[in-house]
Amino acid sequence: MAKGDLVGGSLWQNYSNKVAERMNHPRFLGEISEDEALSLGAKLVVADHGAESCGDAVRLYWAVDEQSGKIVRAKFKSFGCGTAIASSDMMAELCVGKTVDEAMGITNLEVERALRDNPDVPAVPPQKMHCSLMAYDAIKAAAATYKGIDVKALEEAEIVCECARVTLSTIKEVIRLNDLKTVEEITAYTKAGAFCKSCLHPGGHEKRKWYLADILAETRAEMEGEAAAVEVPFSELALFKKFKAVERVLDAEIRPMLHQDGGDVEVEDFRMDGDVPVATISYKGACLGCISATVGTLGFIENILKDKLDPAFCVEVG
Amino acid sequence: MMPFIGVIHMDRIYLDNNATTVVDPLVKQAMEPFWLQSYGNPNSLHDFGTETHPAMSIAFDRIYAGIGASDDDDVVINSCASEGNNTVLKGVWADSILNGGKKRMITSQVEHPSVANTLDWLERQGVEVIRLAPDGDGRITVDTLADGFDPDVTALVSIMWANNETGLINPVGELASFCREKGVLFHTDAVQAVGKIPVDLQNVPADFLTFSAHKFHGPKGIGGLFIRKGHALTPLLHGGEQMGGLRAGTVNVAFLVGMGLAMEMAVDALKFEDTRVRSLRDKLEDAILALPDTIVIGKREYRTPNTILASFKGIEGEAFLWDLNQLGLAASTGSACSSESLEADATLRAMVSDADLAHTAVRFSLSRFTTEEEIDAAAAAVEKTVSRLRAISSTY
Repeated sequence: MAKGDLVGGSLWQNYSNKVAERMNHPRFLGEISEDEALSLGAKLVVADHGAESCGDAVRLYWAVDEQSGKIVRAKFKSFGCGTAIASSDMMAELCVGKTVDEAMGITNLEVERALRDNPDVPAVPPQKMHCSLMAYDAIKAAAATYKGIDVKALEEAEIVCECARVTLSTIKEVIRLNDLKTVEEITAYTKAGAFCKSCLHPGGHEKRKWYLADILAETRAEMEGEAAAVEVPFSELALFKKFKAVERVLDAEIRPMLHQDGGDVEVEDFRMDGDVPVATISYKGACLGCISATVGTLGFIENILKDKLDPAFCVEVG
Repeated sequence: MMPFIGVIHMDRIYLDNNATTVVDPLVKQAMEPFWLQSYGNPNSLHDFGTETHPAMSIAFDRIYAGIGASDDDDVVINSCASEGNNTVLKGVWADSILNGGKKRMITSQVEHPSVANTLDWLERQGVEVIRLAPDGDGRITVDTLADGFDPDVTALVSIMWANNETGLINPVGELASFCREKGVLFHTDAVQAVGKIPVDLQNVPADFLTFSAHKFHGPKGIGGLFIRKGHALTPLLHGGEQMGGLRAGTVNVAFLVGMGLAMEMAVDALKFEDTRVRSLRDKLEDAILALPDTIVIGKREYRTPNTILASFKGIEGEAFLWDLNQLGLAASTGSACSSESLEADATLRAMVSDADLAHTAVRFSLSRFTTEEEIDAAAAAVEKTVSRLRAISSTY
């Protein structure tokens, strides 16, 4: 809770124009008939995901060229809210021209990103993210139909949330892809735990094998373990590798922000003063002569390096 | 009778009057003197304060008359019905459970969140809460309440007069009489009843009743809590001696005056509500039911005259509202997709046996300001929406 949450009730105001436009005028709405697929020399694939009783349902049509394995035409029909309709439409568009295997790589995130007006502003508010997830599940269902296999073969059959039929693998995948940190976020993205709430924590409506709280803790621990495994601690790196690490942090965390204001930064020198890493930097572009460059920005850069590499990190301007 | 003039409609139609209503222009006018002229604190000794008293007295007369309260009863002025409901539930908890021998409160599964969520919280504090399921008609009857009723342990029964989503009216007269006979306190949330159907506490022996001005063309931010003579109720807000110590906080005189006039006008308009508003509602309802695969929840004779909760097969509620909004029509849905929590409205979950319907319900609620032209335009907008969204739907 904060100032921004106090007005409330602006679900639709947080939809991007693209979401609104595709809700009002979906471009890939419709069906593909056997005859139409035949005229394209393609195989017709029809797959359903969801149900009216769940609040979302989508039917995806693909015409797949059997020679190239490419989806040459895609259409959809959908029972759902504006987000569900808009993301089904975008999902169908993203499928066209891809092979079935390539299409399986389209995630809900890609659909959501494609619906953004501004690359930095989400296309839909967090609680509507589950609607884009449904588009992703529809692709999996269509791929399974095309391959003539059970969709369960494409995902682990371990259902965590029975109400929303969300699997263990989906939950782990969503946590990883979206870097989720709370159970509430998992619910917002997947609908898992939104209904009877039994799968949130032990002690709910009914006993479950899996709980979101446990899966989250386990997956976060795995993610941290993986991150740690690839990274030798900064203090144990040789000087040249330390310098490279500084450059990586600058590229990832600092330069993009400076570039937005037309500025940049370069490392003039890097040395170890005993146990203290010291970087001497110089400003470029708009940062030159900027009043905050010697105070606010310098502190900002130093804090990020302290946070990412070494709490003792010291930055000075050359 | 056409006393309802002067409201600016522009090119949009408002059929969400169970959420809130337009302030009647006469109510707005009656509030005017209390912003710039008679703005004193009514508890002050000087003229700025005391000159507000005659208008306040008239407002209280109108409010007491509007709900059939006796002069010996209290009608505590507060900020809204959510506050009133919290005051009753938490006050009775303090008086009869923490400091009395009782342990149980009985309610229904279809209450407004200000009752339902407060009782969830009280349950976590150790209160035993029983939530009655509505019968086949969607109502809570005495038979339902009497089943297993134990007056020795029950501190309070709280059942709404009319439901916000469906408009279904509970037989509160019978429920209150039953509780009176058993010696158990009875509260009713009458927010959706006041101004829509007769509310007469001379005939309904409720101990507590709550209402809110903005549901009957008064201002938002003011409501009332009726406490029948002889009942003590621990206040929710402690502080000054306003309302005889039952609710601290300086009274908003302008809003109180507005609520008084709004109450009187709403009660005067009850006949209009029962005839003209009902006939417009029925006209829209008939138009909805003329479309294939639509249903309306609850029998007409059991509903407030202004409300329709309709389900449209194959169309998700929020998508329906989106299209209506594009066409300039405001309605409401309890559909899961429209709420922050992704949960369908409690009323829908309790009322509707078919899970599909919980996602396809849309509420239209009229007021005395609704015109026939608006109803005709609304019917056309609904038809257009149904045909577009069913063409998109994968389940129709």
